[in-house]
Amino acid sequence: MTKKKKISKQTRSNIITYGIVILAYIIVQTMINTGSISSLMEGLMVPLCIYAILAVSLNLVVGILGELSLGHAGFMCVGAFTSAFFSKCMRGEMQSDGLRFFLALLIGIAAAAVFGLLIGIPVLRLKGDYLAIVTLAFGEIIKNLVNVLYIGKDSAGFHFSTQDVMALDADGTMIISGPQGISGTPRDATFLIGVILVLITLFIVINLTNSRSGRAIMSIRDNRIAAESIGINITKYKLMAFTVSAALAGSAGVLYAHNLSSLTATTNNFGYNQSIMILVFVVLGGIGNIRGSMIAAVILTLLPELLRGLSDYRMLIYAIVLIVMMLFNWAPKAIEWREKYLSFGRKKKEAVK
Amino acid sequence: MGMSFISYLINGLSLGSVYAIIALGYTMVYGIAKMLNFAHGDVIMIGAYTALIAITQSGLPPVAGVLAAVVVCTALGVVIEGVAYRPLRNASSSLAVLITAIGVSYLLQNIALLVFGPNAQTFPSVIKWDGVSLADGKLNISGVTIVTIGACILIMILLMTFVQKSKQGQAMRAVSEDRGAAQLMGINVNGTIALTFAIGSALAAIAGVLLCSAYPTLTPYTGAMPGIKAFVAAVFGGIGSIPGAFIGGLLLGIIEILGRAYISSQMADAIVFAVLIVVLLVKPAGLLGKKIQEKV
Repeated sequence: MTKKKKISKQTRSNIITYGIVILAYIIVQTMINTGSISSLMEGLMVPLCIYAILAVSLNLVVGILGELSLGHAGFMCVGAFTSAFFSKCMRGEMQSDGLRFFLALLIGIAAAAVFGLLIGIPVLRLKGDYLAIVTLAFGEIIKNLVNVLYIGKDSAGFHFSTQDVMALDADGTMIISGPQGISGTPRDATFLIGVILVLITLFIVINLTNSRSGRAIMSIRDNRIAAESIGINITKYKLMAFTVSAALAGSAGVLYAHNLSSLTATTNNFGYNQSIMILVFVVLGGIGNIRGSMIAAVILTLLPELLRGLSDYRMLIYAIVLIVMMLFNWAPKAIEWREKYLSFGRKKKEAVK
Repeated sequence: MGMSFISYLINGLSLGSVYAIIALGYTMVYGIAKMLNFAHGDVIMIGAYTALIAITQSGLPPVAGVLAAVVVCTALGVVIEGVAYRPLRNASSSLAVLITAIGVSYLLQNIALLVFGPNAQTFPSVIKWDGVSLADGKLNISGVTIVTIGACILIMILLMTFVQKSKQGQAMRAVSEDRGAAQLMGINVNGTIALTFAIGSALAAIAGVLLCSAYPTLTPYTGAMPGIKAFVAAVFGGIGSIPGAFIGGLLLGIIEILGRAYISSQMADAIVFAVLIVVLLVKPAGLLGKKIQEKV
């Protein structure tokens, strides 16, 4: 009886989550169609989807797996550059723009997943602070490598270099030119595609979390030794969470690359700063709370645009929010105080411990 | 090749000395408070700005400027520890304090951004000495380089003596070994950890001045990268070990400068991080670190 009730509660919660996204899409799309939304806001819609996907996917690692990854933007970078590379090569050579974008999306996701797996195998042997700093290191290495990569194409095929612009035949074009990145990517990403990707991301993460595998992943988070002793394959499940998260970040990168016509890798879009930004979304939305991190991503992306005067203080406010949220949620004294004065809904959490 | 290699090596030692001083702060805090103080690099930046203001705007002599930086950073370190880290010391998840430290790092960067602006400021030369010229002028060693390396060695010796011989140092080692038992023995754990942060932050101030003397541009982000690299150095040498931080810092500085010179200047950061990854995968305890058996 109780079990049945629990399942229905879970399902209801999931329906609410999907419902919020679909409802938001319908409202915003109607507003766009009736012209009651500024073009600035309209331009923000795809970034909103990108950040929502990133936040949800990072929450899979931070909240569900319980490890801190500071290189999430690196996977986004891999997805963005591989897909933009494909799209630029194929521009004008494929009949259907939709099919080209779909293939670019698959390539971006696959590349990010492969990177996630390759990086995950060594990294996931570590834990805690070390894992965080190594993911940070990998993220920076990816950004660094992209910045020294030059790829050109001419009739003789592809040319690679890590030094400088190479001599190409007359018909050749540079595809990736080091720090200048890729320019001339088709702007295929639309709000509808973004929303669909958000829904797919939510579907994957929610279903993974509520599956047998998801429970195994959470058991590793709660007590690694106990999980190992009952026969859970730690490496397999850690890798699973990490790779899925990387692949989803890759899809956000594909959206990012196809939302702008030129793509460069800087600290703010694919570096450490971006990884921290995504972490802020996750922490503010609630570590482990999928719906929360999505909503936090949307609010924190919209807020500085709505309050233009605040943009100078944006990062400062984020920093303070991050510290205060952590202290309020995790400090033993704060938890004690909360339980004493704001006891609603806290009993349940205590029982889990 | 010969002379340029030696001069690269000396530059590497100089940069490595700065890393070593920063890494000493990291390694002490990590060893005693068992946390990664992400904001350590930004304390360096605050120290450098303090020295800059004290010297250029208040017209203080360089030595007083360095002292001012040390005082400000020490206070800052203690305040950060008390306000942001101490409440989370017994939190159920170790991620909590790590994320808070990232928040503090961001806070310091953005305060500096608002107060000092995003533009790079030129750091005044604190060390007026021209240095020495060897091998008929083929090999010049600047005063900054000599002072940096000397300061690093001096700090290391002082710190080793302090930790090994003094009563507070003994308390630090005890807290590092077993916090609970140390408390039962009547050691003031909170005080000891605060003292550790004070020492670490004072070292960060000195490192900030030395770093900006060698590379005289100062922005709110100046401290972030050296901070992370110094952590790499601390891990390289074996976290928690003072001689380890020293050796790790020097080696990392040399690797970075040689990598910049002979492999690729744009890839220098990637090379440093690759070192971290290799060390953690091959010898996770670092060069001089103790292997800790995990208790079930």
